Formats: sequence, structure tokens, C-alpha cells
Amino acid sequence: TRKEILRLFYRYRDLAPQLVPLDYTNHPDVKLPYELIGSMPELKDNPFRQRIAEVFSEDGEGNMTLDDFLDMFSVLSEMAPRDLKAYYAFKIYDFNNDDFICKSDLEKTLNKLTRNELTEDEVRMVCEKVIDEADLDNDGRLSLEDFQHMIVRAPDFLSTFHIRI
Amino acid sequence: MVEKFFQDHERKMPRDSLITSENDSEQDAGLSLQEEHESKTHRTKRRDGDRQKKKRRNERRKGGTRAGEGEEDLQAVSEKRERSKRKRAKSKQETSRRENNEEEEAQLTGGKGTKARKDIRNEKTRRMEKEEVREVEENVDKGKKKQGSTKKGEKKEDGGKQLVKGKAREVKKKKHKKAETSSEPETSEEDDDEEEDNDKDVVRLECLSPEELEKLKEAVDERKKLIQSLRGKPWAMKKKLVTLRESQEFVEKYEGALGKGKGRKLYAYKVLMTKKWMKFQRDFENFKTACIPWEMKIKEIESHFGSSVASYFLFLRWMYGINMILFGLTFGLVMVPEALMGRPYGSMPRKTVPRAEEASAMDFAVLWDFGGYAQYSVLFYGYYNNQRTVGWLKFRMPLSYFLVGVGTVAYSYMVVIRTMARNANESGVGDDNSFNFSWKMFTSWDYLIGNAETADNKFASITTSFKEAILEEQESHKDDNIHLTRFLRVLANFLVLCCLAGSGYLIYFVVRRSQKFALDGLENHTWWERNEVNMVMSLLGMFCPMLFDVISTLENYHPRVALQWQLGRIFALFLGNLYTFIIALMDEINLKRKEEKIVKFNITTWEASLYNGTVSENSTASPVTIHPADVPRGPCWETMVGQEFVRLIISDTMTTYITLLIGDFLRAVLVRFLNYCWCWDLEAGFPSYSEFDVSGNVLGLIFNQGMIWMGSFYAPCLPALNVIRLHVSMYLQCWAVMCCNVPQERVFKASGSNNFYMAMLLVILFLSTLPAIYTIVSIPPSFDCGPFRLAIYYLQSTSKSYREANVELKKKLQMQNEENKRKNKRAALKAQMDLEEARMTAQEQQRNNNASVQDQENDTDIHGSGQRPYQEKYGCNPPPPVGGRGRQMPSSRDPGSRTYNRGNHGPSGYLPGFARQSEPRMYRVPSLQRH
Repeated sequence: TRKEILRLFYRYRDLAPQLVPLDYTNHPDVKLPYELIGSMPELKDNPFRQRIAEVFSEDGEGNMTLDDFLDMFSVLSEMAPRDLKAYYAFKIYDFNNDDFICKSDLEKTLNKLTRNELTEDEVRMVCEKVIDEADLDNDGRLSLEDFQHMIVRAPDFLSTFHIRI
Repeated sequence: MVEKFFQDHERKMPRDSLITSENDSEQDAGLSLQEEHESKTHRTKRRDGDRQKKKRRNERRKGGTRAGEGEEDLQAVSEKRERSKRKRAKSKQETSRRENNEEEEAQLTGGKGTKARKDIRNEKTRRMEKEEVREVEENVDKGKKKQGSTKKGEKKEDGGKQLVKGKAREVKKKKHKKAETSSEPETSEEDDDEEEDNDKDVVRLECLSPEELEKLKEAVDERKKLIQSLRGKPWAMKKKLVTLRESQEFVEKYEGALGKGKGRKLYAYKVLMTKKWMKFQRDFENFKTACIPWEMKIKEIESHFGSSVASYFLFLRWMYGINMILFGLTFGLVMVPEALMGRPYGSMPRKTVPRAEEASAMDFAVLWDFGGYAQYSVLFYGYYNNQRTVGWLKFRMPLSYFLVGVGTVAYSYMVVIRTMARNANESGVGDDNSFNFSWKMFTSWDYLIGNAETADNKFASITTSFKEAILEEQESHKDDNIHLTRFLRVLANFLVLCCLAGSGYLIYFVVRRSQKFALDGLENHTWWERNEVNMVMSLLGMFCPMLFDVISTLENYHPRVALQWQLGRIFALFLGNLYTFIIALMDEINLKRKEEKIVKFNITTWEASLYNGTVSENSTASPVTIHPADVPRGPCWETMVGQEFVRLIISDTMTTYITLLIGDFLRAVLVRFLNYCWCWDLEAGFPSYSEFDVSGNVLGLIFNQGMIWMGSFYAPCLPALNVIRLHVSMYLQCWAVMCCNVPQERVFKASGSNNFYMAMLLVILFLSTLPAIYTIVSIPPSFDCGPFRLAIYYLQSTSKSYREANVELKKKLQMQNEENKRKNKRAALKAQMDLEEARMTAQEQQRNNNASVQDQENDTDIHGSGQRPYQEKYGCNPPPPVGGRGRQMPSSRDPGSRTYNRGNHGPSGYLPGFARQSEPRMYRVPSLQRH
């Protein structure tokens, strides 16, 4: 809604008042560096904040324009459809951007989730289990279809994959 | 040419603005722009005096240009439109440029004033700009975005004029310009160049054939679909915007071409209406979300403490809503009518504080206990009168009271079950364990967490859950371990059952003992003995959950499952509590009813003496005027029950609040400030801060609600009290959670437990309606208070009297049968004797011929006397029920006299005698008169 967008804009602006002009009608080419985006209270504790910023930013490096910023929060809002969320979740977990979640992606995800507190054996085992469970076409990695198939059945996905602002 | 242009322009403008403008404000902006535009053109030399012409044209157009237009070639039309668009665009550009210049001048001179104005405008545009993200169908704003991309060309144009201006100002100016021209004409201006070729294609298509038109239609529909689904497309915002704009252009362009003549107008109207409707819906949605109370508070808590704590607050809010409705029902349909239209306070005994209590009726201690004036007020059952209708509205009070009582329960059932069904639907496909690890991997992080502490906890909990899952996975290969867990779980359940049984027995034992004490009289016992039941119950309620918690660590469940187990166990414990309370209450009711009998008897005698006295003294039988406070009255057990419930709720609330303040707040304060001068780390060590106890709070809420359901029939004020309580606890607990609780060690999501709460609520609802229904149906209402002393009483008494009459009838039948048999026997004996006598006499007086005649007469006599009992029986058949009812009516109304009557009944087997029947009537007359 209008109000939400306005609020988002103010949040965006608050991140760097010196960079972002108050009015945005002529699309100044302003980008906020990742350091600022990642320091938002909503994101700063998120282990995937870098990935989120990278996925939603146009340049793929986490520097965001207002459009990207709005985009990010519209996807992460409660209103966004499940498929859209699933698509972006896939992108977030796809660390090397090869459109497949492979073992290395899974390992990275897991290590971020647990702050490297699992042993390598455990990590390997969990990754194997995940691929075992979700890989429908048996190619050893998760495609977007696999991922969506798995994630739409998850009871908590919609309730957890959103950020309130 | 100019004419045509204007024709077209005017026709197009309204339509465009109708179609494209989304919000009223924007529409206004568009209109004002149009106006501005017109005035500007008016000023331009090229279009001098255009207004008048336009007016003329307008009239002419209304008159007959339609027909001519229809004749015109389609191509010509579209060409014209195109041309006009371009021209319009140009003029628009011009005007805007001029305006910009003006504005700039103003800026240079005007300083702050213009700036402020600009800010407002900018904000508007920004808002509009942002709207795009969600409101895809919006056409107006796109223009701006597009402008962003086509800025360069524009810049060149601008550059020609404004070479002099500084860069900063240029930026400002551009912004400004955008603000000014953000509506539709600008869009068309910019699109024109791009879509020219397209346009020509269309023109050709349009002239071609209906097939082509069909195709076009399909394309339009496709685009429309695209627009609708655009939000779900995983594209970057810019791409979305560009696509959106293009397809909207497309749709707009060709839709106009597709509609013909009148259809177009209708179509435009339809589009307008749908847009308006959608806008209204959106506004309404916004309004609805804005109306949800405490939304932000709960969200804040959720982001700090995770969804399990938030689920409690959501539940609390839901409960608040239900109680609001219950409160509305009881307050609007029962309490207010009685207070406004019923007989005022002091008009009847039941509405007056009795003389003995009058002195202390206003004391705070008494009022706090809901005695005194509070007891004799609309708050309780006893105050309500049994008049059939109330006030000038002829409001049927007892009926309303009864229906509200039923409606409360029915509504609660409906809501709980419906919510459960909805929750079940929402959770949908759950509990499918096939993606256990994947889900853990991809959905375990709660993106809502925005608090370092919570995040740490979350990391820890995720790690442990992974470790647990890994262990479980490994264990599933090794069978002995799973046996161990199973054994442990069984053991834990056994222990818990033992605990429950033990506490149940303890409560039972204590209640029995307290009954004994109560019979002895409370005065000669110590404080402990008097309050034993309460103390034992609260001690159990305090320590058993801890015990369960300890036991549940044996089981090693997932915290969510563990929470449910814990909830279930404490639930069972509380149920014991509740039912002992009810049993105690029943005992008290029985006591009151015994007392009532005595009082009733006393009253009848008192009244009879009063009545007799007055009658004997002055024969006019003027009603004796006694102050209602002096009239003796029965102990209204319904009010007593209501009072008990209210007291319970109050004390419960107080306990909750005080534990909150002491257990949480004081502890937090102590820990925080003593930590500076303590030998170990209080924050990390032993006392630390408390966690929010979800299970305990939820159960407290549920049981509280059960009390409300149970007691609200006897105390209509209960929902109101509960609303207040929930309201206060909402704020208090929100505050307490945020300021003195720490997030749970193991953060977990409570997605599934909502229905668990609901299920418990349903059970409690069922269990709390049972005793209420039982008391309503089986215990006769008090004779002198409440709205139902006649209605329900009548039902009960009639059914009872029928039953007793039946029994009596049966007895009488039996007796009469026996009597008949006896009589028959006697008659037969007599007949035999007579016969023998006759024979004797016959033998003695054989010569007498009359003997045989006499014999016959005797015979008929015997038959007659044999039949008479039957006749008597059947003839008297109607009287027994009547007599029975007549006798039973007062007897069940008047328990005092019932025993007396029973005493009379004792030597049964008499036929209904009128003399006896009149006795109860004597009781009845004064009792009726008294009311």
C-alpha cells in the first residue's frame, strides 16, 4: 500500500540521509552500499543478509537502489504470493548463481544457519539427506522445480520467509 | 484541424483520465492539470479564444458529430488521434516547460514558500511512484518511471532552454516538472514516439477484418492477464515497471479501438466503476487492517520473541474479540433493559439491600466481595424480576435472559468450531515428514527475527534441532536407542499420571475434610483448616507444572511437542481444580436450598400471621405497607453462584497481575540493579530474567474463559469483567514481556499449536456448559428471585406433579384393585351368607313364596355393590391428578410444606378427600398474594 511504500522509503532514506534525497521524482542514480543495507535491524541478524541483498540488487553485489529495496520488501512482505517467495528463496540459497542448489550451496546454507557448529561429517550427512529428500530427478542437485515442490509443502515457509518493517 | 484536435482531445481526455486515474487525488490532479493545460493554451496565441470555440464545439458535438464521426474512416480516426496526441503532447511539453520556468523564477524569489509547496507535490509524486509497486494496474505513475528512461531526450529539450541554470537547480526543476506532469498526458507524450509504428500497425489491423480484431482482442486480454499476474513475476522492479507500462499502453490503445460507438462509452463507464470498486476495496482493506487492535504491538513482540510468544497474544486478542461480543449480548439485551425499564432499585425485596446488611452495604470490603449494593444490582441473577414484559417496549425480560444465556454458549461453540476448521484448512498439508531435513534447512530461519539475542537463540536452537535430527536419524538405524526413548516416554507418562492421580486424591481428600469442617461450623477451626482447599489447590497449581516440566525432560521431545504435552498435563490438573470447585459449589447450593426451605416456611407463617392480622383488623384488606428491606427473603442460590464466580475471576486476575509484577518485574529490577554489587553474575546465573511462560498463560486464559461461560448465566456482568481483564492484561503483559522477559532459550515456531489451543478451549467450553446446564435443568430456581421463578419452576413443578400424580394413580389403582378384591370377597362372602341365610329362612319358612323374590333382590344388591367401587374409581379418576397437582404445586414451590404433605401422604391408600386437599390451598393463597 501507499503507506507501506512511504514507510519503506523513509527507512531507506534513514539508512543514509546524506545519500538519499528526500524526493525521488527524478530517479537519481542513488545506490546504497551493502554495508548500509546489511546493517538494518531487520537484516543485521539474518545469516543470509548478504545473499538477500545480492539477489535483490541489480548489480548482484548488494548495492541497492530504491527500486531494489522496494522489490526486496515486497517479496518479503506477507502479501507476496507463495511462488514468488519460493523463487526468491531459491535464488537466495543458490550461492553460486548457477540456478541449481548444489551440495556446496547446501553446505554454505547449513554453516550459516548453525554458525559452523556442526562437524563436517554432520554437515555432509545433512546435505545428503536434503538432496535425498528433495531431489526428484536424481541429478544430485536441486533445481527450481525441486525446490518449489519441496517448499510449498513446508508448513512454516510462509510464516518465516517474510520480514516485517 | 484545430477543431478536430480539440474534439479528439476532449473525447480522449475524460476517458483517459477515467481509465487511468486510480485515486481521487490523482484524478483531481489530472483534472487540474487539464484545467491548467486549458488555461495555458488559452494564453497561448495559437489557441486564442479557444474556449468559446470549444464550447461551441461541445454543443455541436453533442448535437450531431457522433453520426459524422461514425462515417469517418477508422483509419482517419486513428490517424487523427495520433496526430492529436502528438500535438497535445507538444503543447503539454510547452506548457510544462513554461510552468517550470515560472516555478523556477518563483523559486528563485520565493524561497521557502515554494519549496514547501514543492515538497508537498513531490511527496505526492513519490507516493504515486511507490504505489506502482503494488498497484500494478495503475497507469498514471508509470509515466514517471518511463520518464526516467526517456529522460535523456527530454533533457536535451530542456537543455535548449535552460542552459544557464545550474545543475542542482536543473535537478530540482526536473523533479518539479515530473510532479507537474505526472498524469496521463505526459505518458502519452512519451509513448508516442515509441509506439508510432505500432500504432500504424494497429490501424492497418483495424481496417482489415473481424478476425484480426478477434486476434487483437485476444492480445489485449493477454496483456491484461499479464498486468494482473505481474506482481507474482520474479522480475526486477524495473523490468516489471517497463512491462507493465507497455502492456497497459497496449491495452489502453487497442481497447479503445475495439469498443464501438455507444459500447465504448459503456465500456469506459464499466472500467471506471471497476477501478472505483477496486479502489474502494483496497481502501476498505487498509481500513480493516488499521482497525485491528494491537497489531503493531504484537508484531513487535513477534519480532523479538518469535512466533510462539506472539501466538499467545494473538490468542488473547481473539479471546478479547469473543468476549466483546458476549459482553455486547449480555449488556445490550439483559443488563441495560433491566436497568432502564425494569422496576427501580428499592421497589421490591429482591431489589433492596436487606435491613440487616444496610449498614455495611456500601463498605468497600463488602463491595469488593460483591456483596451489599453490588449483590442487589443488575450484576446478578437475583435482581431480575419475573415480570413477563418490561417497560414501554414490552421487552420480554425472562425470555431475553434465557435466550442470551443460550446464545452465549451457542455463539461460543460456533466461533470456536469455525476457527478450528479454518485453522485446519490453513495448515492444510502439514505433518508430512518426507522433507524433514530440507525444511529444517530452508525454512527454519525465522526472517522476522530482528534482535541479536533472539538471533543467538535461534542459531542455537537450529543447531540443536539439526543435531537432534541427526541423532534421531542415526538412532533410527540403531533400534536399541529408540526403545530407550520409548521407555523413557512411557515412564514419564506414568509418572505424570501418578502425579495427577495423587493430586486428584489430595483434592478429594481435602474437599471431604473441609465439608466435615463446614458441618462442624467454621468458627472452631484454624485458619489453615478453613482455607485448606484453596491453599492446596494453588500449591498444586504451582508445583505440579514444575514437576511436569522436570518429567518432560525425560521424554526428549521437540519443544513444540513438549509444549503441547505440558499444556495437556496442566490442563488435566486444572480440570481437577475446576471440578472440585464446582462440587464445592454444588454442596453450597444444597445448603442454601435447605436454608431456603426453612426460610420459606417461616415466610409463609409470617405472612399468614400478617395477612390474618390485617384481615381481622380492617376488613378493607388494604395491602400492608412494609419497607421491602424488611421483608424476609430466601437465600438466592443463583446470586450466590454468580458471586462465587465473580470473586473467583477477580482473585484470579489479581493473582495473575501480582505474580506478573512480582515474579517478572521485581525480579528483573532486582537482577538488573543488584548485579552491580553481587558476587556472581545474576543476569547469566541463577535468578536471571524470567522467560515468558506460554503454556501457563494460555491455560490461564482458557480456564478463565471457562469460568466466564459457566458463570455468565448467573452473573450477567461476567463478560464485562472479563473484557476489562483481558484489556488490562493485554497492555500489562505486552509491557511486561517487552521490558522484563527474555526470549526463550529454544525459540520455536508455534504454527501448529493454535488449533491445539482451540481444541482445549472447545473441551473447556463443553465441560463448563455441562455443570451450567445441569444446575439450570435439575435444581429448582429460588422462589423469590430471578427471572425464572415462574417459568422454569412451572416446568419443573408440572413435570414433577405429573410424575407424582402418576405414581399416586398407580398406587391408588393397586389399592382399589385390592380393595375391590376384598370387597368382592366380602360381597361374595356376604352373598354366600345371605344365600345360606335365605336357605335357612327358606327351610324355616318354606311356605312363604316371597322368599325367592327377596333372594333375587339380594343378588342384584350384591352385584350393585360389587360394581360401585369400579364406578367410583372411574368417576374419581379425573380428581386424583387434579388433586395431585394441586397438592404438589405448592409442595414443590414450597419445600417447607412439602415434607408436611409427604407426611400426610405417608399412610397412602385413602381416596382423594376434599378436606385434605384444601389444606395446601391455604398455603398457596398467601404465597401467591405475597408476590
